[in-house]
Amino acid sequence: MIRSLRWKGAAFTVPFQLGFVFLYLLPIGYAVYESLFTEKQSGLGLGGATTEFVGLDNYGQGLTDSAFMNSILRVVLFACVQIPFMLLISLLLALFLDALTSRVASRFRILLLVPYMIPGVVAAIVWVNLYSPDVGPLTPIGKALGFDWNFFAPSMVWPSIGNLLTWHGIGYNMVIIYSALQGVPRDLFEAARLDGASELRIARSIKIPYVRGALVLTGLLSIIQMLQIFNEPALFRNITPQTVSDSFTPIMIIYNQAFNAGNYNYAAALSVLLALILGVASFLFYRLTSKEAD
Amino acid sequence: MVLTEHPTERPPVRSVRRLTRPDAASRGRGGQRFLLVGLILASVYSLFPVWWLIVAATKDRTALYQSNGLWFSGWHLWDNLQQVFTYQDGIFLRWTANSFLYAGVGSLGGTLIALATGYGLARFDFPGRNVIFACVVGSFLIPIALLTLPLYLLFSALGMVDTPWAMLIPCLINPFSVYLAKVYTEATVPYELLEAARIDGAGELRIFFSIVLRMMTTGGATVFLLAFVNTWNAFFLPLTVLRGKENWTLNLGLYNWTGTRLESGIDLTGLVLTGALLSIVPMAIMMVAMRRYWRSGVTLGALK
Repeated sequence: MIRSLRWKGAAFTVPFQLGFVFLYLLPIGYAVYESLFTEKQSGLGLGGATTEFVGLDNYGQGLTDSAFMNSILRVVLFACVQIPFMLLISLLLALFLDALTSRVASRFRILLLVPYMIPGVVAAIVWVNLYSPDVGPLTPIGKALGFDWNFFAPSMVWPSIGNLLTWHGIGYNMVIIYSALQGVPRDLFEAARLDGASELRIARSIKIPYVRGALVLTGLLSIIQMLQIFNEPALFRNITPQTVSDSFTPIMIIYNQAFNAGNYNYAAALSVLLALILGVASFLFYRLTSKEAD
Repeated sequence: MVLTEHPTERPPVRSVRRLTRPDAASRGRGGQRFLLVGLILASVYSLFPVWWLIVAATKDRTALYQSNGLWFSGWHLWDNLQQVFTYQDGIFLRWTANSFLYAGVGSLGGTLIALATGYGLARFDFPGRNVIFACVVGSFLIPIALLTLPLYLLFSALGMVDTPWAMLIPCLINPFSVYLAKVYTEATVPYELLEAARIDGAGELRIFFSIVLRMMTTGGATVFLLAFVNTWNAFFLPLTVLRGKENWTLNLGLYNWTGTRLESGIDLTGLVLTGALLSIVPMAIMMVAMRRYWRSGVTLGALK
């Protein structure tokens, strides 16, 4: 490529580069910088605060902060239950759709995608009201069946949030998996049938291995989302502050440290920690899932 | 890469209609029934909350608390709408306008920047290109809190907190849009065409604005749609950088109303539900009108 043309081409990316530096690199650098300091109140907090360099102290504090570590553990355990469950349903539905004629499949696909069209916060508002013993239909239905459901009880908060996330995510993940299924060469099935393979066997041995990549991708996206879960618990907290504490999830803790407690330096350290944990978790998940394939 | 839509024809007479592929899993009647029952159950699960919301928006306060939630009881939709739009001097309309402003203008600017960047990355070879692309892909892994908190400080230093700029500027830079734009350019803009235009003496800017952008209409629409949906759904960023009611988005406003129900003894449940239904409408219209585009976007995401 001619030299001048190279630079003209590079010029197309300049606005993005500038924005990326300003909105991504600068904030990350700033967060890391801030995380190395702490504010010390002088005297009785009447004088101004002084900023002191403390090195990695904030990180040490974060790693031994039981509230923060518990919140991470809570979210990770929840992810281990909810994500496989949701993806399994999405996979089943995608396999079901794949067996139908394309016209019928496209009808069902649109119906199943309705939840995805609803903004996450609004979806949470709708479900919080569905769960509500005052206006929601679920409690009376439970009563009629002889159950005494309380969706806001401490033991029920995670299942309630899990159901909401599953409802919101099934359709989207199904579409990704279904798109991957469309790529399976159809003559593979014919060959398998001639060899006497049952339909279930075809699904298990041909279709599911073929959509592995899509499953890894949807799993990875779900994990990244889950470690940063904030909206749903925050809304639940709006309704039942006694069951959902303000240190329920890592992002809730970070938000509170920064905006309610005013410990900005500590909040910055916690968000860097969370980023590192997210990176490690994604890497491990990717390695584990691609290892099995070999 | 755009998936073709299946034309929807009138369904033939029911009794002789095949629902399953001739080559597919459930050639038996039982299998076909099993598939349909599973899909119908999943559809009911997906749709009943929306149904409940529609029904709830038509009820007055008494009916909301006392009648069967899954069926109508009286018709107070117009009263409810009037209440939503007049409560707190019509702040709901203001929030709607804000949501459209942030999502519309922000996504439009973001799409233009993303298309230019994607084109530059896909069709030019310059030093540092791979570094930029690595940044784009790497940024998918950055947690929002890590960016949002320092951004808040940055914007407050610039005096931009609580102004529309605090929402609009972050929308301009969207790494996922850049990734999509690059993939689309690779698929739709041939080198030969660019060469031919250069030989004809067209300048690079003119080539981009009058040739490339036209070829990228579909890709551009997809990028815009996904960015719009993302901004419309945003919650953590606006919660952090928008402090005053005037600049809030619909999501923030509704969130605030759900909390108010608890704090001051005012019952806003009916308002929240009607407002929630209203906030879904633009999104649903947009998704249905542009479903061809966003499907291709979702599929592309799956091809990584």
